[in-house]
Amino acid sequence: MTWIDRLAPPPPPDPDRHAAETARLNEVWEQPKGIARLTVVNNSSIGKWYLIASMAFFTFAGILALLIRLQLAVPDNDLLTARFYNQAFTLHGTAMMFLFAVPIFEAVAILMMPSLLGTREMPFPRLSAFSFWCFVIGGVFVCGSILFDAAPDSGWFMYAPLSSDTRQTGIGTDIWLLGLSFIEVASIAAAVELIVGVLKCRAPGMRLNLMPLYGWYVLVVGAMILFAFPPLIAGDLMLEMERAFDWAFFDVTRGGDPLLWQHLFWIFGHPEVYIVFLPSIALIATMLPAFTRRGVVGHSWIVLSAVGVAFISFGLWVHHMYTTGLPEISLAFFSAASEAVAIPTGIQIFCFIATIYMGTFVRSMPMLFAAGALAIFVFGGLTGVMIAVVPFDMQVHDSHFIVAHLHYTLIGGALFPLFAGYYYWFPFVTGHMLSRKAGLWVFWLIFGGFNIAFLPMHWTGIMGMPRRVWTYSAADGWSTLNLVSTIGAFGIAAGFLILVIDSLRPKNRQPDCVRNPWQAPGLEWIDKVPGKNYGLRSIPLVTTRYPLWDQPDLQRQVEAGEWFLPDAPEGRRELIVTDVLDAEPMYVQRVPGPGWLPFFAAIALSLVFILTTWHLWMLVIVSAIAFVVLLIWWLWTGTARPPETHAKDVGRGLRLPVYASGDGSAGWWAMFITMTGDLTAFLGIVFAFFFFWTVHDPFPPVGSGLPDTGFLMIAAVLLIGAWVAVGASKRLNRNGRVNAALWLLVAGLLAAMGGCAALIWALRVNGLDPTAHAWDATCWLLALWVCAHVGIGMLIIGYCAAGIFWRKITPAWDADLGNVALYWHFVGLSVVVTLTLLGLFPLLRATP
Amino acid sequence: MRFHAEVSAQGGGPRRDLGVVSERKPWAAPAAFRQNRLRRIAAFSICALLLGGCEGAHSMLEGAGTGAAAVERLFWVMLAAAAVIWAGIMALAFHAARIKAQPEREDTAEKFVLLGGVVFPTVTLIALLIAGMLLLRGMIGGEPDLHVAVEGEQWWWRVDYRTPDGDVSTANEIRLPLGQTVELSLTSTDVIHSFWAPALGGKMDMIPGRTTTLKLTPVEAGRWGGVCAEFCGTAHAQMRFEIVVLPPEEFETWLAAEARPAAPAASADGQQVFLTAGCGACHAVRGTGAAGTAGPDLTHLAARATIASGILPLTREQLRAWIDDPDAVKPGALMPAFPDLAPAQMEALLDYLTGLT
Repeated sequence: MTWIDRLAPPPPPDPDRHAAETARLNEVWEQPKGIARLTVVNNSSIGKWYLIASMAFFTFAGILALLIRLQLAVPDNDLLTARFYNQAFTLHGTAMMFLFAVPIFEAVAILMMPSLLGTREMPFPRLSAFSFWCFVIGGVFVCGSILFDAAPDSGWFMYAPLSSDTRQTGIGTDIWLLGLSFIEVASIAAAVELIVGVLKCRAPGMRLNLMPLYGWYVLVVGAMILFAFPPLIAGDLMLEMERAFDWAFFDVTRGGDPLLWQHLFWIFGHPEVYIVFLPSIALIATMLPAFTRRGVVGHSWIVLSAVGVAFISFGLWVHHMYTTGLPEISLAFFSAASEAVAIPTGIQIFCFIATIYMGTFVRSMPMLFAAGALAIFVFGGLTGVMIAVVPFDMQVHDSHFIVAHLHYTLIGGALFPLFAGYYYWFPFVTGHMLSRKAGLWVFWLIFGGFNIAFLPMHWTGIMGMPRRVWTYSAADGWSTLNLVSTIGAFGIAAGFLILVIDSLRPKNRQPDCVRNPWQAPGLEWIDKVPGKNYGLRSIPLVTTRYPLWDQPDLQRQVEAGEWFLPDAPEGRRELIVTDVLDAEPMYVQRVPGPGWLPFFAAIALSLVFILTTWHLWMLVIVSAIAFVVLLIWWLWTGTARPPETHAKDVGRGLRLPVYASGDGSAGWWAMFITMTGDLTAFLGIVFAFFFFWTVHDPFPPVGSGLPDTGFLMIAAVLLIGAWVAVGASKRLNRNGRVNAALWLLVAGLLAAMGGCAALIWALRVNGLDPTAHAWDATCWLLALWVCAHVGIGMLIIGYCAAGIFWRKITPAWDADLGNVALYWHFVGLSVVVTLTLLGLFPLLRATP
Repeated sequence: MRFHAEVSAQGGGPRRDLGVVSERKPWAAPAAFRQNRLRRIAAFSICALLLGGCEGAHSMLEGAGTGAAAVERLFWVMLAAAAVIWAGIMALAFHAARIKAQPEREDTAEKFVLLGGVVFPTVTLIALLIAGMLLLRGMIGGEPDLHVAVEGEQWWWRVDYRTPDGDVSTANEIRLPLGQTVELSLTSTDVIHSFWAPALGGKMDMIPGRTTTLKLTPVEAGRWGGVCAEFCGTAHAQMRFEIVVLPPEEFETWLAAEARPAAPAASADGQQVFLTAGCGACHAVRGTGAAGTAGPDLTHLAARATIASGILPLTREQLRAWIDDPDAVKPGALMPAFPDLAPAQMEALLDYLTGLT
């Protein structure tokens, strides 16, 4: 007998109770008005803002693209200067990738996921809001630089040593490095939230195999962000350290190597392409049932293929580096991987075609865009296979052929599905349909314009035109092709303009959209559109993959408040957190409502990054302190507060706890996932260490200073001691020995402090100088990384000690302590790796 | 911001099919070029539409080197296959959308996914991988007949011929003997550049701290374009070079001439200006005491067809414009402007430079 069988029958209908419950839900989930709108954390509002902001950055980057096309329209053009052109193409790529393609995935997911998964909210609403504000501030900072002629100008790939040398490139590069690192942090924060959302916040009963395909894709892409962005953050850190403090990472005269940057960048950069592409495929997969009147064929094939794409995408970064003179065997391996990724991608497309074949195809605007996506993307995929072949790539690499190829994959694979989704979900968000007549214009202008712009561009590349050139000569024979491309680009712009106008025009006189206009099976259409602030009237039990088709009475039951959490008697916003595999309800999570903390915390953190650009260190420190204070305030007042009761009735006789700690809680998962990403960034630095080992023989070089073994051992003892103390403190506290736990935390704090000092001293005492050689710089970076993490670890130990002292943490309510112990496991791991590399690795050096 | 179309015929080197060349090559005579512009554009558009036959000094489809010819064959095969596959998938999708629902035919759908999504691409891709790697091996192999060191610098190319009698230094124009395999040793002193002569063969990056190599075997005489393919800073777009493929005996004659010190000064005053104005601090003219190494070796400047790294024809007027204000011609150029040269000094300097044959 499962928990489902034990559920009580629904209460009899009672209009008074219904009205009272609805009123309470309305009140609890009400959105603030006026200036207080900035305090909104609700996923439907934040998602919408996120979407609008990404579209704004898309428009900005699109305008840059039009400028680029205008400049290239005729040979020997002097519309733009070389310097402005270089800024324009750098920002175009940067903004499209970092400020549009990834954020729009997160925007759509934040906006749609709770509805698709049959719940009310994301697990960490304030984190969504924080991520959004970071994104907006960082994006405006990076894009705004072009108005001051200070935009980054070394390409979105920022190759060292062009980018690492402050004489070659100015403040624009710092703006790029710091601004984007900041946005990457926001992206990772959103990814953590999305992963936890998919794993822990599904409707009760929605086992993993019943989850909509969209959820699977979000899970896969979230994980990819988690593993792809951190190596870039590690690279950004090294590059900025070299620029700001002259540390030697990429300067060959001091043992550095420019290729290290390329590796770190493309370990991020290639998965990035699939991070952009998979969410759009997810949109197609989610829409397809509505327009074929049946479930998607090969559901599990699609899931496995998405995982396969994600996996392979981490093994083909070197195909961006075929022309750097790598050995043949590497080329063969990465060529194979690059071609292999076509297989799981193809499977997904063939499953979609099979679905159309078996079902009844319904023509519609979304499917028109999907058809356009298919035509364009398949073409881009085929040219992708062509350039995976090494000899061919050695010709077309960095030519306009590549420009054409990447736009075919990204616009076909990502943008057209997004447009399809835009038409599909526009009524869900606004309650109105977009015009079909205008839509046909939009489609044909964009589709036609796109092919006019980019099809000839393949040929421009074949004719030998390199990328990133601001001018060319009439004699090169590229003029006609370029002029045609420019005309096409304006076709795309015209289509997009019509879409914007159609979206913004007032639709008050238009009849309201009918409920579930596409007769879709997804839970997001269960309600009238646009939805209420609280979302679902009650959180349903989901037992099928296509609930609106297969659970016919579900809509009535949900609206009658017959399912879970139909009420908010304590005046708190609540979600049901479920089990990862079977979605069995585990506990009720109270999620916070509106508040200023995320907004101000984002401002404080953004100031840290922005002021660092100008080396205003005092102000940086002030902002950093402000950020930490706000963060502590945020955590102390809003997370893991001891509840008023142990358990509550959520409806149908189901009693659930209102507090959880350890690996059942959403917070523990968030910590685990965050720290996995963090560890990946650390591994980026370890990668650098071993990369230097492969280019230097011996490494460490003869005559370089080695960290002092004695101090390293002291550091090892103290830091591992702190790690053990935190773990032991958690056990003692749970056993009721609160004072012992408190004192152990204090001891851990002191040991951690001493350990950091010993580690720093181990490097200082033997004169390791990070500006002298890559060996020294890498040692210092590892040590600083560990010390920074131990520093944060000390802060949260202090937080827990205060928690125990003021009874926020008790033997029964100890979620904070559990999460801190988890954090320290990751720190412990990086301590062990670092000390091994600093202390033991040099011993392997062959003695001459 | 001029970026010159016409490179006059002076500057030496045989031309391939001179009559045809004037129709469509960079060094076509200016008048003919303008008159034929409309016709060229029309002809070119038709060519582009027909996906073939259009040639240029930069085109990968010129087949002027064995590497380019091999890649071209690969390209046509892959393009044809891609076109067929694309049309096939589109046809399948449209067929699937047009026919009635086939809810019973689960087996067919599964077979379709298995064959189309797994079996077919696996077989095709393995074949392609093997073909690609064999081709790459073919492009790598072969003992070189000649060694040339090319160094990318912002924003020009230093070219050193390794001969038994020592290095012969020149810049921005690489002359190669027809039918012989040359190994290029590629390096860079500042940022990453990439050496690319599409008509002859693939490209290879030039990375500070490393030496990469690229082998080319020219099979067609003529003058071919080359560019820097890796973004390398402000003047990246104007970092070009030319490869001149000569019959071996002409090549030997030329190389012997290059190895000699500079010809006696055509203008003694000009030489004086060259030395006193500071040109020699950056430029070498062998035999005169000017031995700078920051900029191109000018010993046989007048034997080259272009200046400013392949973007201007070597004419007296262009040379004057360049010396007067390099940044106006090539934004970012590191050579300082010499606006203070008196007209007479400038003329003497131009006499001298154009006499450095």
